[in-house]
Amino acid sequence: MLETEIRVTPKLAAEHGLTAEEYARILSILGREPNFTELGIFSVMWSEHCSYKSSRAHLRRLPTRGPQVVQGPGENAGVVDIGDGLVAAFKMESHNHPSYVEPFQGAATGVGGILRDIFTMGARPIAVLDSLRFGPLAAEAGVDEATAARNRRVLDGVVRGIAFYGNCFGVPTIGGEVAFEPGYSGNPLVNVLALGIAKREDLFFARAQGVGNPVLYVGSKTGRDGIHGASLLASAEFNELSEEKRPNVQVGDPFLEKLLLEACLEAMATGAIVAIQDMGAAGLTSSSCEMASRGGLGIEMNLDRVPQRETGMTAYEMMLSESQERMLLVAERGRESEIVQVFAKWGLDAVEIGRVTEDGMLRLVHHGQVVAEIPAHPLAEQGPVYQRPIARPAAQPETRRVPLSAADTDLTPNLMRLLASPTVASKRFIFEQYDYMVRTNTIECPGAGDAGVLRLKGTRRGLALATDGNGRWTQLDPKMGAKAAVAEAARNVACTGARPMAATNCLNFGNPEKPEVMWQFSEAIDGIAEACTSLEIPITGGNVSFYNDTLGKSIEPTPILGVLGVLEDASRMLGMGFCAEGDAVVLLDGRGESGLAEEGDAREFGSSEFAKTVHGIASGAPPTVDLAAEKRLIRLLEALAATGVARSAHDISDGGLAVTIAESCFASEGLSTEAKLSGAEPAEIACFGERGARAIVSAAPARVAELLAHAREYGVRGQEIGRVCRGTFAIEYNSRSVVRAPVETLRESWARALERALQG
Amino acid sequence: MQITEGASGMKFGVVVFPGSNCDHDAWHVLGTVLGQPVEFLWHQSENVDGFDGIILPGGFSYGDYLRTGAIARFSPVMRGIARFAERGGLVLGICNGFQILCEAGLLPGALMRNQGMRFICRHAHLRVETTATPFTAAATRGDVLRVPIAHGEGNYFCDAATLAELERDDRIVFRYVTPEGRAVAEGNPNGSLANIAGICSRERNVMGMMPHPERASEMELGSADGLVVLRSMVQSLTHTGHLAQASAISA
Repeated sequence: MLETEIRVTPKLAAEHGLTAEEYARILSILGREPNFTELGIFSVMWSEHCSYKSSRAHLRRLPTRGPQVVQGPGENAGVVDIGDGLVAAFKMESHNHPSYVEPFQGAATGVGGILRDIFTMGARPIAVLDSLRFGPLAAEAGVDEATAARNRRVLDGVVRGIAFYGNCFGVPTIGGEVAFEPGYSGNPLVNVLALGIAKREDLFFARAQGVGNPVLYVGSKTGRDGIHGASLLASAEFNELSEEKRPNVQVGDPFLEKLLLEACLEAMATGAIVAIQDMGAAGLTSSSCEMASRGGLGIEMNLDRVPQRETGMTAYEMMLSESQERMLLVAERGRESEIVQVFAKWGLDAVEIGRVTEDGMLRLVHHGQVVAEIPAHPLAEQGPVYQRPIARPAAQPETRRVPLSAADTDLTPNLMRLLASPTVASKRFIFEQYDYMVRTNTIECPGAGDAGVLRLKGTRRGLALATDGNGRWTQLDPKMGAKAAVAEAARNVACTGARPMAATNCLNFGNPEKPEVMWQFSEAIDGIAEACTSLEIPITGGNVSFYNDTLGKSIEPTPILGVLGVLEDASRMLGMGFCAEGDAVVLLDGRGESGLAEEGDAREFGSSEFAKTVHGIASGAPPTVDLAAEKRLIRLLEALAATGVARSAHDISDGGLAVTIAESCFASEGLSTEAKLSGAEPAEIACFGERGARAIVSAAPARVAELLAHAREYGVRGQEIGRVCRGTFAIEYNSRSVVRAPVETLRESWARALERALQG
Repeated sequence: MQITEGASGMKFGVVVFPGSNCDHDAWHVLGTVLGQPVEFLWHQSENVDGFDGIILPGGFSYGDYLRTGAIARFSPVMRGIARFAERGGLVLGICNGFQILCEAGLLPGALMRNQGMRFICRHAHLRVETTATPFTAAATRGDVLRVPIAHGEGNYFCDAATLAELERDDRIVFRYVTPEGRAVAEGNPNGSLANIAGICSRERNVMGMMPHPERASEMELGSADGLVVLRSMVQSLTHTGHLAQASAISA
């Protein structure tokens, strides 16, 4: 039976993931029954992935404005002004489900998709960061060996896929993070952040203009791959049959994308392009109707002209295909040939397939017949918006407290276990598979600092980027966990000496039809909104990934924040590694003198990496985030870098103070530390507690007084706790030795742990 | 040696294949850091007249989907470069450029998958094995340079006779070594035969190397050790008559 003959029924609509109300809405928009092609088009545009129907009402609470914001949410990427006439376009997106079904291609096309979002704005991509989450790599309580083995395979495939795409394309992968929790076993997270730069006047937008202007299709040919990727793969829970969704995963061609990049930038420079949008999720459908809708116009396309990889493709298949490395653009009538020539030079198709119309319709012609006719604006913008039910989950059972050791216990073995846990251990095995230097801008490489830093050639400035998020914390307290993600990403950026200026986010949650998941989501939005407002880093875009559920169980809710900062003088950048023997090690605490009494909250310690690694406990609450304290610390760090008083800076996060100091040693050339701490709380909490708004900095002894004076001026408590030395790594607490080992022994347990864990 | 801008009248070309991605980086070092005239050379152009030194940059020419460099060698520009090399013009292939030179037969041997079967990006240590090349004339024999590698296929291999010839003719230009300068397995990141990181042609005017000197040419990137390679090229073209030779031919 021909598709045109397929009768659309409410049942067929339901099979396309559309509810009865949504179907009724389609009937009312069209004033008639849709045909099969139109039904397909509505189903992808109104999928959760494309329409944000469950999240839209909440996303409005995020702060999106600021003097630095050139383009907020709603375009292909957010854009901020970074000075010297330059703008930065950046955005983060998820590719979670595809990366589980087919790790290599899923992750690869995740990179490809977000890169197109950047260069479609006219910005050349200059960096990628990846925020990855996997299930445990070794069997543990609740995780059998088969699951752990699969987690290892998924990680390996994801890393190879990211490397395959980014390395070939020629964009450096300069950072990100990797963490492990049981909830990610059946549903890993692959969130990719891409950053590009352009001259402000060279930006492009996806807004169709000029009735009669031609619509050009450029890039790869359309095939049957990825059909319903956005609707069936990204917008539904996983079950035992998810493996069968492998054909819904697209296949990436980074070489073609590289050609597409060069051709697009060159074609943009001709001035003959009016608007451009990449064909990502929902491919030809979303690119055409969104450009038309934003311009308040219509687009008519003749599908016979669409370059096709396979024969006999139907209108439905072409409109829903998610074949990669394609773009749709509107050209200035009469100048098409300039664009075609540029694409021909790069060996790419550029074919006129339609034109801009004034009637506001998305109209498709195939084999001489009109096969779809839908008002573009309602299709793109008037999809359903849900206020889904919200319910706070039942109170957690009484939390298990972390058993604390006697005061004179040697904590060295616990520190070593912590350093060898996959979340804390060195990620060198992963990041060395990525080209993090191509384009010769990377001045802070992975592992060298809390954020990736790029110089901007031709200026004195640098850009710092970091991503962060803690699913375990957000599970325990969604609002606090989300605040912590913002605070830590901003703190990481500040540790390089940069001023955090804007953020993007990727919100990974379970099934939004579950009221408990919507509660987590709503709380997390509130947390992000509060933190971003307080730290003056507006959200310029991002992505929501719902339905991260497998067999009915949701992941740990995981908002990932990507924060961009500007370093006024890139030569003043700070790394995390200690620089010289004899330097003073100073602990900075943004809470100032008054905050110290709060320390020692055993309930917060239950959510630490230490509690998880050493005692298998994940309970209690995340550390309370004090945003005013975070802000004081951030401003101080910026000043310490700018004045050159500090020589290194590293924020205190996973694993607490002891791990932070150890990492600053590992990032140096063989240096160590002897530190003396004192306080009222138990030694384990002092060494391994993860309270925020703190950092470890180092300075030449002669400049310590100046450093402490700066700290006082900013309302931050500064305390010299030790000296950089060689050989033995030692921590004394209240005059008792609690950690003592050769620094090389500690480094060994940290350096190769991940590689060993991956070998199974 | 201080290089005065443009005084030499020489011109460098950086080839752009579809998929080259270190072309801008090589251009930046030659043009901005060293202040030399430099132009991009499109892969379709067989005519390389007017250039004195040509760089084949890193990247993934044609996606490297077949075998690294296997398609790029058939580009029109490679015919021009073969004649240019035959006439004594200086040709430097970096990373993918080295792979292409091997495929094109301008250098012996082949680059295989890394021993660990993974892409590796990190700083490596290279020992200068000979200064009798236009690419290392400004270096000192035995110098240990810290220069990044970034490749999946950098495992150099050739047959025993070729290796013997390379050794005998002093054509192994760089070896991977430990930071202390020992050419042992520990310092070899990819399994290359005899720790080979770079070799030159019999006439010594064509060199291929897997490490990226253009990524180690400014201190703010962590090392400027690689600059000596491009500086040597400039110096050789200025002082040893390569320039006159190449110009004479193009005229």
